Amino acid sequence: VAEPGDHLFRREAGRMVAALTRLFGVHNLALAEDVVQDAFVRALEIWKLRGVPENPSAWLMATAKNRALDILRRERTARTFAPELGRLLESEWTLAPTVAEAFGEPAIRDDQLRMMFSCCHPHLPEIAQVALMLHILCGFGVNEVAAAFLTGHAAMEKRISRGKKVLAQSKRLFDFTMSDDSAVAERLSAVHRALYLLFNEGYHGAHAELAVRAELCVEAMRLAELLLAHPVTDTPSTRALIALMCLNAARLPARVDASGHLSPLLEQNRDLWDRELIAKGTHLLDRSATGSTITEFHIEAAIASVHANARSLEETDWRMIVDLYDSLLSLRPSPVVALNRAIAVAECHGAERGLAEIAAITDIERLANYPFYFAALGELEQRLGRTARAREHFRAAGTRARNPMERQFFERRAQEAFDSARIG
Amino acid sequence: MSDFLYLYRGGDSAGTPEQMQQSMHKWSTWLQDLGAKGHIKDQGNPLERTGKVVKKKTTITDGPYAEAKDLIGGYTLVQAKDISEAATLAAGCPIFDNGGFVEVRPVMQMSM
Repeated sequence: VAEPGDHLFRREAGRMVAALTRLFGVHNLALAEDVVQDAFVRALEIWKLRGVPENPSAWLMATAKNRALDILRRERTARTFAPELGRLLESEWTLAPTVAEAFGEPAIRDDQLRMMFSCCHPHLPEIAQVALMLHILCGFGVNEVAAAFLTGHAAMEKRISRGKKVLAQSKRLFDFTMSDDSAVAERLSAVHRALYLLFNEGYHGAHAELAVRAELCVEAMRLAELLLAHPVTDTPSTRALIALMCLNAARLPARVDASGHLSPLLEQNRDLWDRELIAKGTHLLDRSATGSTITEFHIEAAIASVHANARSLEETDWRMIVDLYDSLLSLRPSPVVALNRAIAVAECHGAERGLAEIAAITDIERLANYPFYFAALGELEQRLGRTARAREHFRAAGTRARNPMERQFFERRAQEAFDSARIG
Repeated sequence: MSDFLYLYRGGDSAGTPEQMQQSMHKWSTWLQDLGAKGHIKDQGNPLERTGKVVKKKTTITDGPYAEAKDLIGGYTLVQAKDISEAATLAAGCPIFDNGGFVEVRPVMQMSM
């Protein structure tokens, strides 16, 4: 008996909801979700005893499609369905082909994109947009979204149901093929930000469990790939965004060492980096260098690419990285970016200069709870042999750690500073 | 070896897609394991949750006989040494995760 691939149900859930919403209309999102749930219950009941069919996706899709036909026939007088399909759903002659088309691959791809655009509604805060995408397009249950973001179930439930209400009120899904260019561009950049947020939550987020974090990165990349596959959304900034995801995700396998400890970039075993992702990211970064706008994704991808393509720490082109951080600062002034720039300066010009750059950061008080601010101070003090100060900074980082793995890492650093002081 | 019928009763399959996929994985692991040990005579079938109840020629009503929580959702025919082995084997069934249970019934023998 074949086993369906990892997360098949979750993936298919997003695709089925997208297709069903096209037919039922976004105001009937709840109905679409019920149909998906029914299809899964049926699949589970049959497959658990009879085994999984050869093509489980096709089976699920066919089940959802038949149920949709049934509902469209039975309830067409009682309900209104997708306004843009209007009459096509009314006559038997056009109903079956319309439903068949909605469940075809090209339509499903477009519908997932439309759903993604719709989730990034300007009335919703970014975090709600991301939660909605995870729930609707990635098939995460409310409890699973809450767990991924370390929020309570009730709070997430509220956020998601409010998001669905906004979706339902928008009457129809955002149509990026029919809308004017500036509306599409504006919404696309909201989609980019949401996917970036989702990726970063996986990459840097507070969740201690690596499996959860990697999954969020994978989902962000999967959704971003959908943008790449459509001519309207395959823009230079889409490519830059995916390049940045690939080039950073390539380092994920090396972020934890053999004994389960967090391993900072400078200490990672570069043999563990994913060469395929690096190649893909580098290629996309090249292809993103068209058009006239340069986004922060371009610059962040370029920084990641300098790291990813340096065979060793010593070969890293830190001057280039400092320049790139300068450009990033002018696009997006932020103390975190300035801190990263200062660390690169230290690599170029020594720890003393690095500390001076850190001291000169504007809005430095915004880093008061950022553990890596203290960790950076600790590293640089340690390099200068001021171990007592280094230890204090690492301890400060430890108390601000966002998960046990980080805390353990900072405590280890503090201990090392203490040990080196005793030897010295 | 004697034959026993497992009747899967009750249990709510609904959940998040991920939970349902995991639940299916547990079922297939459990049944494969039973099969590998030579206990499966017929993997069985799932049953629809609706049907007719026929009592005498003239009394045909809708719906299954049992209450929803005890409804038979499917069956499997297994082979085991005796009823206690059959019951022990059933204890590994993933149906308990979802609030269902397994009824184990010996199949009567013709031999005297």
